[in-house]
Amino acid sequence: MFLDFFYEMRDEGIPVAMQEWQMFMTVLERGLHDSSLMSFYNLAKSTLVKSETYFDAFDRVFAKVFKGVEGELSVSDELEEWLRDPENFKDLTDEQREMLEELDANELMRRFLETLEEQDERHDGGGRWVGTGGHSPFGHSGEHPTGIRVGGESKNRSAMKVAEDRRFQDYRTDVTLDVRNVKVALKRLRHLTREGGEDELDLDETVDETCRNAGEIELVYRPERRNNVRLLLLMDVGGTMDPYYEPVSRLLTALHEERGLRDFRPYYFHNCIYERVGTTADLYMKDAVPTGDLLRRYDERWKVLIVGDAAMHPAELMNPRGNINPRHESESRGIDWLMKFREHFERIVWMNPDPQSDWEHTRTTQVIQSIFPMLPLSLDGIQDAVTTLVGARPSAAGVTRH
Amino acid sequence: MSEKKDFYQFTGTKGYIVSRSLVEAVNCAIALERPLLIKGEPGTGKTLLAEHVSEGLGMPMESWHIKSTSKAMEGLYVYDTLQRLNDARFGEGNVEDIRSYIKLGPMGRVFSAEKRHVLLIDEIDKADLEFPNDILRELDEMQFTVMETGDEVKAKERPVVIITSNNEKELPDAFLRRCVFHFIDFPTPDLMKEIVDVHHPNLDTQLLDQVLIKFYWLRGQPDLRKKPSTSELIDWISALRRSGLSDGQLSEHIPFIGSLLKNEADTAALADFEERGGKMPEDWSDLGPRYNQ
Repeated sequence: MFLDFFYEMRDEGIPVAMQEWQMFMTVLERGLHDSSLMSFYNLAKSTLVKSETYFDAFDRVFAKVFKGVEGELSVSDELEEWLRDPENFKDLTDEQREMLEELDANELMRRFLETLEEQDERHDGGGRWVGTGGHSPFGHSGEHPTGIRVGGESKNRSAMKVAEDRRFQDYRTDVTLDVRNVKVALKRLRHLTREGGEDELDLDETVDETCRNAGEIELVYRPERRNNVRLLLLMDVGGTMDPYYEPVSRLLTALHEERGLRDFRPYYFHNCIYERVGTTADLYMKDAVPTGDLLRRYDERWKVLIVGDAAMHPAELMNPRGNINPRHESESRGIDWLMKFREHFERIVWMNPDPQSDWEHTRTTQVIQSIFPMLPLSLDGIQDAVTTLVGARPSAAGVTRH
Repeated sequence: MSEKKDFYQFTGTKGYIVSRSLVEAVNCAIALERPLLIKGEPGTGKTLLAEHVSEGLGMPMESWHIKSTSKAMEGLYVYDTLQRLNDARFGEGNVEDIRSYIKLGPMGRVFSAEKRHVLLIDEIDKADLEFPNDILRELDEMQFTVMETGDEVKAKERPVVIITSNNEKELPDAFLRRCVFHFIDFPTPDLMKEIVDVHHPNLDTQLLDQVLIKFYWLRGQPDLRKKPSTSELIDWISALRRSGLSDGQLSEHIPFIGSLLKNEADTAALADFEERGGKMPEDWSDLGPRYNQ
């Protein structure tokens, strides 16, 4: 049962490792949870979960594992209340104490849960039930409510109730995007190099130069390490992208506000990239630039981020004169342009706002997926995209070439 | 089992109201001798916590405020080479003794202190991405070696380490694994009443209710750019009290809005709302189910 908790958490994607687990075990072994389910819940959360983005998942797992069946509450609200009641605490005999200390955490946990399940009324004294003043390992003992200024939260609310409430849903990262989250994710988009202005004291050189100068101090400066990432953004606008206006605009805002990048250039297209791309989101012809210029102007070190739903009529991708706008009609096929991008740039990622489960149902999405690594437009997706753009190179086997 | 009695070392102080989960996280960190990582919205009292832990436990505190240019080394010690070079050049100071040019940073001072300290590492996310990794080993072992002299600086008493983060950058996994984590959730209205009471004792309960209803209503507006926080609420109440307003005047207009909203667009949006004759809530029941349990 206890190990279930661990694996259920891992299954839910909470990154719990042995180190956290051991920390949690130490807490239990030392009885820090003080026999209260609420404390148990709080301490488990503090030691096992290291980001509020996983609180919701943790609450779900906690409610599931420690309740057995969802929808049923086996721990009554009052339970916690009378556990905290400072009843007369009977001193344990040394023998009993020894016995209790020998229980290992797993056993302790199992018994704790079993006891909770069996119990349905208040119990004081005695050796088995959860109650106040008893010598069961789970009785109330040292926590004096008067000694602590406890705030207004969680009065009469059991840990189960708190877990069930799932108040941390808003912090999940796999579903929502806000500008700040995106900015945090984009912070990793960087590659440090020493270039530009000299503003850091280079000690070794200073000493060398000073020696060469016969002791007359000669200060030598060198450039500080700076981000060297240049990002080219190509964004699909209009049509099927309209429903994704919100997440896409947040990504765009975050990118525009990101000061860390060495250079950032956005361009826009509709459905697929052809001869010309727009410099503004409304795609006016007069502002468009030849796509070939992009390939000439930006060298292979530029990182390319393409955002689009990749869902279009197959002809728009595979046929000459495929452009959905007849005024922009051209001889070359959309797929040829995409291939040119792949040949030219070293790192390209395609981010798709469509739900990942829909990808396999769209032919053009599958074709594009075979050209570029495609990732969903979620916070996790952006993190993966950043890794793909600046992380260590994947092994040759991971790259499929057609 | 005997350790339980020592567990609740920190129970809050007069000037700082803590939730039960926070008390438990603090005490858990103290008992496990692990750093406590505190995250939460700006203005929820993350930095204050360290001061009050230090006050509550009667330990001296040392703070290390992290800036974007902070380097891990600065927290341990700084070797002032330029000063030494200069002294050597002009024959001043004690150039022979390298130790007089080594100045301990906040971490170094805490480690070498006789008494157990509280060490606050404030806004760790402001620094470079690799920064947390650079202090990992030192925090783990509570010791380091001064490279220039070979001196060992080792903590006699493991300090209580409190680290705050505004979540501007993701912290590395290896770092997170070593910490006890607590996320300060925004206070519930009940807890907020206690907090306000600390700063503004004897506030008229009806006025307080009206103030909080407006405050939580404002925070609940989905298109708000910057949500007002606890510290802004406290300031706002100060302004209200000084002007001697009563709760009746709060019903249709929010005075001194500048102390609550710090973004032009937000202020404009609210003014617009008032102009259109938008109805502000007067009762908790107007705020929806979340506040009416």
